[in-house]
Amino acid sequence: MSTVVLLVITGLGLGALYFLIASGLSLIFGLMDVLNFAHGAFLAIGAYGTWWASVYLPGAGPDGFGFLLAVAFGVGAGTLAATLVELCVIRPLYGRHREQILATVGLSLAVPALIQAVWGADPLTFPRPELVAGTVGVLGVNVPTDRFLLIAAAVAVFTALWLFNSRTRYGLIVRAGVQDRAMVTALGIDVRTAFTLVFAIGGAAAALAGALGGLYFGVVTPTQGMSLLIFAFIVVVIGGTTSLVGTALASVAVGLIQQFANYYTVAGLGDIAVVIVLALVLLTRQGGLTAKKSAERVA
Amino acid sequence: MTGGPLLDAADLHVWIEGSHILQGVTFSTPAVGVTALLGRNGVGKTTTVKALLGLVPRTGRVEFDGTDITAHPTHAIVARGIGYVPEDRGVFSALTVAENLRLAERRPGAPRYDLVHELFPELRARAAQPAGTLSGGQQQMLAIGRALLNDNRLLIVDEPTKGLAPRVVREVADAVAVAAERVPVLLVEQNLALVRRVADQVVVLDAGRVTHTGPAHDLLDDPDRVRALLGVARTGSGSAAESDTEPEPEPEPESEPDTEPDADSRVASTSASTPGSARGSTTAPQVGPPAGPAADPTHDRQVDTA
Repeated sequence: MSTVVLLVITGLGLGALYFLIASGLSLIFGLMDVLNFAHGAFLAIGAYGTWWASVYLPGAGPDGFGFLLAVAFGVGAGTLAATLVELCVIRPLYGRHREQILATVGLSLAVPALIQAVWGADPLTFPRPELVAGTVGVLGVNVPTDRFLLIAAAVAVFTALWLFNSRTRYGLIVRAGVQDRAMVTALGIDVRTAFTLVFAIGGAAAALAGALGGLYFGVVTPTQGMSLLIFAFIVVVIGGTTSLVGTALASVAVGLIQQFANYYTVAGLGDIAVVIVLALVLLTRQGGLTAKKSAERVA
Repeated sequence: MTGGPLLDAADLHVWIEGSHILQGVTFSTPAVGVTALLGRNGVGKTTTVKALLGLVPRTGRVEFDGTDITAHPTHAIVARGIGYVPEDRGVFSALTVAENLRLAERRPGAPRYDLVHELFPELRARAAQPAGTLSGGQQQMLAIGRALLNDNRLLIVDEPTKGLAPRVVREVADAVAVAAERVPVLLVEQNLALVRRVADQVVVLDAGRVTHTGPAHDLLDDPDRVRALLGVARTGSGSAAESDTEPEPEPEPESEPDTEPDADSRVASTSASTPGSARGSTTAPQVGPPAGPAADPTHDRQVDTA
């Protein structure tokens, strides 16, 4: 029983990390039809930005408020990078999907290479604030505290995105744009502003995932974003490419499946189990788990 | 307002997937009244509307209220004061009725909900209902209501009665008539009864070119010319539901006016007749040889301009 509790909570923590990455990916793909392979780069920028700030930024540090400031710096750096990528790379390539894929794949390779050139390929030890360094006892099981932080962050991001989608005019534009972008512009709305905003939000979520991923793994590496991005793509496909609720459910499912499969079978088989689930979903429900609930899309 | 035409299209050309859909469309929309854009199925009416709004790549020139808007993006063109009701209604099915309307608000605080709800009380009653669950007629009301929400200087309405039940057609036609009292309208319509009721001017397209422009009644009161230009036997109170979106994989089945006593004003969807006998104030820009499926080489496009 205690093992199951541990696996559930750590699985939820992993799922929370996936959600932070996949939510932005889903939002960007849903509205803009952009398969953003550079999303992992935003994660890496967030992770390295947080690490750099905790070491070098005045006022920031590895603990307490200083760490919060470092995370804010990392998230800011990721958001800025996403905004610039949208304005300078994606916007000139709207409607040219092949070129967009090439450009974002190029960025996904270039950014880690740049990071590697500056800070090296070796993993860097990520700061671990005292507050999340220990464990919390749950039903007799000691669960790492950082998992709860990840879950709380994912819930907060989900709530923020839900409120953005359902309560703001830009959210309305995003939900309408997912269905018919041309008609949104025919209502006199400059959908490009919404595109930039969505890209920035996606980048912020990915950068937050990078910062919290550093806590989860204890280290940051230049290629961490790329390896996590693969699972984020799987989550988006399983959840339905335009559904925030679907993305959340799929994140939880993928995190739990990985944890349970890795523990009860052979370590590493969790990844294969996830791919099998992906194949089953593609074969049986091509639009993902939420394919039939069109009214809930991006809501 | 400059005193000239409100909307001026000159030499519009559109190519879609290699087909030369619009072949030099030139016409003007006056600053008052309703201008009906007529033509058989597939001649380029909807494409013309989309070209005006920049929704399809085009060459040529478009002026709105004296300003060249050719290079403007669609949202900037619409924001100058154009309300657009597309052929497929363009409602956002996942959004509620209220959200569809709210999305269309261009200036917060100034939307004319009183007018919209007066014309379509059902939209108020169904405010919380997802638009995708509305009937076709209700969706059309929502689309027109959305266009009327802002204080536009021109409405472009593309086949508002297409595919609607007769009772709903009347309701929608009433709404178009009310709208026309307030704002100039460019109306794409196959229902000649509605055209007769509301239109002041007509522009007739054939095979991607303008073949006739002039007062609506001059055309509609002349059965021979109606037959020649539109392939219609007589005009009255019927309706036709046809599509002219190009390319058009599955055109709706054509009705046969002569065999249906109540349906006597349909624009033909085939190009069997030749418009060569048309008279009146007509224009027939000749821009190169016809190309693509929209062009019919059997047509005599040199319309009589006498």
